[in-house]
Amino acid sequence: MLGALVCAVVALLLALIATVFVHAWPSFAHNGLSWFGPGGNVDDQMEAISLSAQTGAGYVYTFHAWPLIWSTILITGGAVTIALVSALFSAVFIIEFAPTWMSNILQPVVRFLASVPSVIYGLIGVVVIVPFIGNHFVTEPQKASVAGVISLTGYSLLAAVTVLTVMIAPLMVSIFSDGLRAVKPGWLEGSLALGVNRWRTTWKIGVRSARPAIVAGTVLAVARATGEAVMLAMISGSVGFAPNPADGLIFIYEPSRPLAPTIVKNIDQLSSKPANATLFAIAAVLLFSGAMVSLAGHIARRAMRKYGSA
Amino acid sequence: MESSIQTPLPTAPSTPPTPQRNPLRPSRGHTDAVEGSATWQLADRIGLAFCWFLGLLFCAIAIAIVLYLMVQGIKFLKPSMLVTPAAAGFTEGESGGFSDAFIGTMIVAVMGIAIALPAGIAIAVWLVEYGRPAALARITESTIEAIAAIPSIVLALFGTVIFSSTALGFLSRTSQGVVFGRSFFAASAMLSLVALPLVVASVREGLNSIPRHVREASYAVGKTKAATTRRILLPTCRPQVATGAILGLGRIIGDTAIILVLLGATQNFAPVEGTGFPLNYLRGAGTTLTNFVYEASPTGNLNQPQKAYAAAFVLLLMVLALNAAADVVHRRARKVGTWSH
Repeated sequence: MLGALVCAVVALLLALIATVFVHAWPSFAHNGLSWFGPGGNVDDQMEAISLSAQTGAGYVYTFHAWPLIWSTILITGGAVTIALVSALFSAVFIIEFAPTWMSNILQPVVRFLASVPSVIYGLIGVVVIVPFIGNHFVTEPQKASVAGVISLTGYSLLAAVTVLTVMIAPLMVSIFSDGLRAVKPGWLEGSLALGVNRWRTTWKIGVRSARPAIVAGTVLAVARATGEAVMLAMISGSVGFAPNPADGLIFIYEPSRPLAPTIVKNIDQLSSKPANATLFAIAAVLLFSGAMVSLAGHIARRAMRKYGSA
Repeated sequence: MESSIQTPLPTAPSTPPTPQRNPLRPSRGHTDAVEGSATWQLADRIGLAFCWFLGLLFCAIAIAIVLYLMVQGIKFLKPSMLVTPAAAGFTEGESGGFSDAFIGTMIVAVMGIAIALPAGIAIAVWLVEYGRPAALARITESTIEAIAAIPSIVLALFGTVIFSSTALGFLSRTSQGVVFGRSFFAASAMLSLVALPLVVASVREGLNSIPRHVREASYAVGKTKAATTRRILLPTCRPQVATGAILGLGRIIGDTAIILVLLGATQNFAPVEGTGFPLNYLRGAGTTLTNFVYEASPTGNLNQPQKAYAAAFVLLLMVLALNAAADVVHRRARKVGTWSH
């Protein structure tokens, strides 16, 4: 009986994957690889797709998602990079260097930050971070320089990356600390006995042998960051625009919208057949990229089997 | 049955102690015995300073979030908001409270965990105690991992397909043959998938920590595998079951995407006509606190920031309470002690 339930859960996952890809197929079939490419205004395209269900002149599927994909890459990449570094140092601190009282405070703090609902992060982003960036960071000449294209109001890459970092870093800290805790004490003692100081022992022996946990935590954080929809829908600016780093530092103040928030923003169009296919196509891309990241993590960890843990 | 496990068990092959408990570890509590940072090179000391900076930064962020929402929440939260449903109005004074959202969160939490907890326990038991054929066990593990990694917005889209099918029309509103697909049933079913991996992971950890000889002792007195699981193993890992349930609850009440898609774009209960009391509400659309905060935030459709603060404060209190509960369970489990090997 338990076996039947287990089979049902496996079947449910397969059904989910099949459903998403079947529903997404018209959008991919119509656009081919140009689905992933640039071209035109993605918001206008989405609107044309939604409206085409009512005009009777045939469905429109043309969709070039590059600005959304680029925004996902920039925001996820930025947040995961910053979170990786800070989570690694924090985990090392909690496990090795913090005085007992400090790590007794930090552990619940990290657990708390990991459990705050994303909509609360979104609210704080909207009412605190976004106005702060809009009023204090973005200068008037900068606003004027892009006036014809987009408006810089504070809904920006910078706000999205900042809040997303705070969301995913605690997740990484807790997985990294589990990994560091499981390092064989003998290895550390061997290094200490050779006269290497504690800081370098931790980094050369502890962190290195905890690498499988670091990979696992990073994979989970990437999955969470790419799938984060509600918080990013609130503060990323919700414009289908691809910020260009070649424009100089101003690109971090520019609004954009990643893939997952695009689904949230267009959820009312779900009853329009072509829009439905387009939204499922976005979901399919999210699923596929998540699977690829997990696969990369698996391969990386397999190469690290010799470290014993995880 | 409790006492039967706690009686000292006869000699068993000693297993090596887990590395975490090794007292030789140069770690917290032993720092004084090891060299301090005074003798380190500058780069190493800068690194340690960076560690302190990050640690304090995390604390500062947590304190800032709690304090900010507390100040705003106390300023704007009125007890009447918890008992007044949302209403249409031009000002924040006219538009009522968010009682429907508050009750909605409770309903979704109870229904979601009511599905996720039994299913999660069953899957964990199967994985640890049965797990045969081995290939299926591996596939199941990957499945649970995959479900944990699927973005909740994708789960929500999948939910729209399932619950809009005519076969499941009895779970939501149907008008002129079209199934609405948005209801408490739909949202709770999908939210249970969000909680499921957490429950499975926690219960598995608990079952794995019970040494083999406990099971063997039970078989030796003639208990079947099923009886051993039900009367010995599951009662023993009650703390882990509780922890899994608490973590799952936290995820369920914090999720917004599934609620937004599967519960409806309304701020009030929308009971379905023609069914009895609890079912008509559960089949209808509704709202939760997360949905309310989203819609009431300055970027949402309602744009009532004061009420968004108040609702967010209530939500934060719930999360804090769940965290505290998890801590209590964890501490109590540790006090009971570990198995004598």
